[in-house]
Amino acid sequence: MSEQNAQLAALEATLLSDIAAAGDEAAIEAVRVAALGKKGSISEKLKTLGAMSAEERQVMGPAINGLRDRVGTALAARKSDLRDAAIEARLVSEKLDVTLPVRQSPAERGRIHPISQVIDEITAIFGDLGFAIAEGPDVETDHYNFTALNFPEGHPAREMHDTFFFEPNEAGERKLLRTHTSPVQIRTMEAQQPPIRIVIPGKTYRQDSDATHSPMFHQVEGLVIDKSANVANMKWVLEEFCKAFFEVDSVKMRFRPSFFPFTEPSMEVDIQCDRSRPGEVRFGEGNDWLEILGCGMVHPNVLRHGGLDPEIYQGFAWGMGIDRIAMLKYGMPDLRAFFDADVRWLQHYGFRPLDLPTLFGGLSQ
Amino acid sequence: MKFTLSWLKDHLDTDASLDEIVEKLTMIGLEVESVDDKAVLKPFVIAKVLSAEQHPDADRLRVLSVDTGTGDPVQVVCGAPNARAGLIGAFAAPGTYVPGIDVTLSIGKIRGVESHGMMCSERELELSDEHNGIIELPEDAPVGVSYATWAKLDDAVIEINLTPNRPDATSVHGIARDLAAAGLGTLKNDAVAPVKGEGACPIKVTIEAPDLCPGFAVRLVKGVKNGPSPKWMQQRLIAIGLRPINALVDITNYLTFDRGRPLHVYDAKKVVGDIVVRRAHDGETLVALDGRTYTLNSQMCTIADAEGADSIAGVMGGEHTGSDEDTTDVLIESALWEPLNVARTGRALGIITDARYRFERGVDPEFMVPGLDLATQMVLDLCGGTPGEAQVVGYAGHQPKVVTFPFAEVKRLTGIEVSADESRAILTRLGFTPKGDGEVIEVTVPSWRPDVDGKADIVEEVMRIHGVDNIAPQPLTSHDAVNGRILTQLQIRTRNARRALAVRGMMEAVTWSFIPAKHAELFGGGATALKLSNPIAADMSDMRPSLLPGLISAAQRNADRGFADVALFEVSGTYEGDTPDKQRRVAGGVRRGTAKLDGQGRHWAGNAASVNVYDVKADALAALEAAGAPVERLQIEAGGPAWYHPGRSGTIKLGPKVVLGTFGEFHPKTLEALDVSGPLCGFEVFIDAIPEAKAKPTRTKPKLELSPFQAVRRDFAFVVDKAVEVASLTRAAGSVDKKLITDVRVFDIFEGASVGADKKSVAIEVAIQPLERTLTDEDFETLARKIVDNVAKQTGGVLRG
Repeated sequence: MSEQNAQLAALEATLLSDIAAAGDEAAIEAVRVAALGKKGSISEKLKTLGAMSAEERQVMGPAINGLRDRVGTALAARKSDLRDAAIEARLVSEKLDVTLPVRQSPAERGRIHPISQVIDEITAIFGDLGFAIAEGPDVETDHYNFTALNFPEGHPAREMHDTFFFEPNEAGERKLLRTHTSPVQIRTMEAQQPPIRIVIPGKTYRQDSDATHSPMFHQVEGLVIDKSANVANMKWVLEEFCKAFFEVDSVKMRFRPSFFPFTEPSMEVDIQCDRSRPGEVRFGEGNDWLEILGCGMVHPNVLRHGGLDPEIYQGFAWGMGIDRIAMLKYGMPDLRAFFDADVRWLQHYGFRPLDLPTLFGGLSQ
Repeated sequence: MKFTLSWLKDHLDTDASLDEIVEKLTMIGLEVESVDDKAVLKPFVIAKVLSAEQHPDADRLRVLSVDTGTGDPVQVVCGAPNARAGLIGAFAAPGTYVPGIDVTLSIGKIRGVESHGMMCSERELELSDEHNGIIELPEDAPVGVSYATWAKLDDAVIEINLTPNRPDATSVHGIARDLAAAGLGTLKNDAVAPVKGEGACPIKVTIEAPDLCPGFAVRLVKGVKNGPSPKWMQQRLIAIGLRPINALVDITNYLTFDRGRPLHVYDAKKVVGDIVVRRAHDGETLVALDGRTYTLNSQMCTIADAEGADSIAGVMGGEHTGSDEDTTDVLIESALWEPLNVARTGRALGIITDARYRFERGVDPEFMVPGLDLATQMVLDLCGGTPGEAQVVGYAGHQPKVVTFPFAEVKRLTGIEVSADESRAILTRLGFTPKGDGEVIEVTVPSWRPDVDGKADIVEEVMRIHGVDNIAPQPLTSHDAVNGRILTQLQIRTRNARRALAVRGMMEAVTWSFIPAKHAELFGGGATALKLSNPIAADMSDMRPSLLPGLISAAQRNADRGFADVALFEVSGTYEGDTPDKQRRVAGGVRRGTAKLDGQGRHWAGNAASVNVYDVKADALAALEAAGAPVERLQIEAGGPAWYHPGRSGTIKLGPKVVLGTFGEFHPKTLEALDVSGPLCGFEVFIDAIPEAKAKPTRTKPKLELSPFQAVRRDFAFVVDKAVEVASLTRAAGSVDKKLITDVRVFDIFEGASVGADKKSVAIEVAIQPLERTLTDEDFETLARKIVDNVAKQTGGVLRG
């Protein structure tokens, strides 16, 4: 008996040593076959149990089975270790330099022009106040650009507009480039009954060119017509707009009587600001006034030209430069750069395509 | 409009400070553009030269001992030839800023001698161009006192930015009236005393153009002595930027500003015969007071004597009948001119004068005669002489406008309550005459306010004097519903196309609507009706027919700055005609160099290749899809407009007629004509051509049917003629069973000897989604055969062996 036990112990020692020495899964498999395969050393021992006496089997049975279990466990453990080591080795070999730069996604690279972005900001604010966006043609008639807006023929006010004219067309009519977005007021009144609440962004043109004037620029016009809209309402709308647009809690605005042919009374509006820091304008603080827009009650003659009875309907209108308020808000120094398409400028002052100005998500980031 | 504080106070009795006046002017609509309070002159004091010794080291310098009124005399080195003992002048102590030389003085050594300040010339104080010596003051000038204050040089100059509707505020008197109405004092000098003259005017005036001249008044004053005008008048004229000439001319300039009443003075001896106010003859010439010769035409009005035009009515007088130092008999003219004609004439001749400025806005007709009287009186006061009787021709009197004004109108238009009493008082102070006691009154408009026509104008008068600041903001009544119609469909499409292109890595440009004629012609434009008659520059002359020339030029500008790989787009208008329906809404873009979707330039993971037609095709389709075009129904046709490469461009169509876009590489001749280099590709899609989306009763999406059977893919490779468009092949494959086949993808194109000359191999992957059961081998066989047969039939393609 003890001799058999000694043999088992020797076999176990050999097998465990073979398992430990197995360098890969194939070697492990070879050891397993040699021990537990059909003709394996342990399988052979198990076959001898049948020829043993009951007492002998009672002793040797557990001994051999125990050996088989221990060798099986050792095989499994070694196999698992080897697989882990193999994965480990593969991972090490697969290491990449993650500091290498990746290509920027197109959505990060693209840019929205500040003018478009600011129009979207204006749309978000006035949309919330119940306005719709209206548009009109750049090439206009004298009627819509001047006469219907109560500019008398030959009046000095017309001269102030530095109008671009076209060569006369086949019909002998001389068209012009609109000098303001106001013709859309008339076009809207002709097409729609009050109540009217619209804002009109668009291109406008005047024969003027320097750092703050461009022969092409952008205006946004507003028009409210109903049976009660008055100067007090206009002040409210414009103050609410300026607060929302410049993203400040309060603004001080100064309404000064002024003159525009198409409004009566007319006003120019200054906004309180701090310009003490170079290249930067802060709103809602400071001691400076900055002219920002013109406005007034729609002139009775303009209402008449739009087909409305000024005894029944009344309203107000205002206009301001989109480029100008963009420059004020975002600090671009030179208007001419707006139209140069310099990619460095667009990259710097432009907006990412997915920065959508909304009131719920913020006008600007 | 410029004036000085002391001048204003001639017309306004007020205790208000300069700051209060400036603030009030702006708040009543007379916007103050600038204020020069002359503070820069304050530090200069009157000082006396006690002694003047020769400088030891410089022939032309003297060392002065100067009494500045502060105790011990100071030593000043001075180079002025008139520097001498006993002279009284203007002294600047160290630390003083001297405007004429733009220097702040410090104690300095001049050739070894210390100088503690400076005796100044008029030029150094910017009082005049005089620089031949230092200022010399009379002996009684008080030493130690501020020179500017003593000499009345500290009169603040105020400039207002006058709106074109306010002719009355082209005068100091009118401005004073507004300030008085606004509660800042009392108006003075309102009445003008008539001047009694003797003897009818020997020069007879006839008006032959009554439509251009509604009134003309003249008076002859004989025996005047013309010469320099008095110092106070010269100082005021200089302060507002005018050059004193002589007393007669200065009086006309003075009253132009003082009363808004332009005048003209003729040397009566130079006027030949009688005076006729008439239309000028075409080609008639006149040398005007500015010394330049103007050619008149029959649209213009002139005052002529027997020898021809003497003056351009309302704009400028003529040189040869003008008054000078030798004038003894002066003919003073105070006339009325039709404003539009003055504006037109001034514009046509390019003359801007203070007279034109006032006449084209409309001068007070009722002040024509008082203006003549006032001018006569000033001539008599300053130049002496004997006045004749005034000759007034053509003036029919002024018919005042009367406006029916309900007091409630103020509240209706402005939202504030101003009492009837206050409204009435404001109007009265402004010179209006309110009549009646009820809720609605009749308001007579003063003759100097041609701008006031109706109720709204009266409201403005009340509002601006009552104070716009007093109007408290009131919320606009909110709509009763969610605002569901902010943007139109076109606006939404425009916006979506813009964002979609930016998401594709392109940068949005805003380029000029007007482009060079050559560029316009190259892209199908150049029509006469779209050419500007007054472009701001020769290369900004034609409305663009396409966004591409502007974008191509922009890309090249970037390349010239060293940025060769740019992707630019613009979503804006192009112009096919001069009517609103001919203004298109277009999204266009260009890609230059290697500016591809995934990135540009070299990269360790793979360098970007040059841009090609497929890059811009993808852009065009993306823009169309974002803008709501039915992408699945679009057809791509080979070829596009002439500016593209004929073999590398395409046209995107919806049905046979509707063109939604074009794309391609550019024709080498296009690049050459625009003087730009490539690689360069571009596209344009016509957002306004996309059909209106149909109104849908519901936003519910179609029911999603998910097949439980495994989807499979089968590959085919066909050999076809090179000329066969791959789209026809994929269409042939996909159309054999539209239910089962969900996609046909082209995964390889191969051309080479192995497939034969003029042939190409097109490999496609057909995606099949069984719907009712798992497909058997026979099913696949059948489907494959159908595909092969149909491809053969439609394209002549054969399965590659």
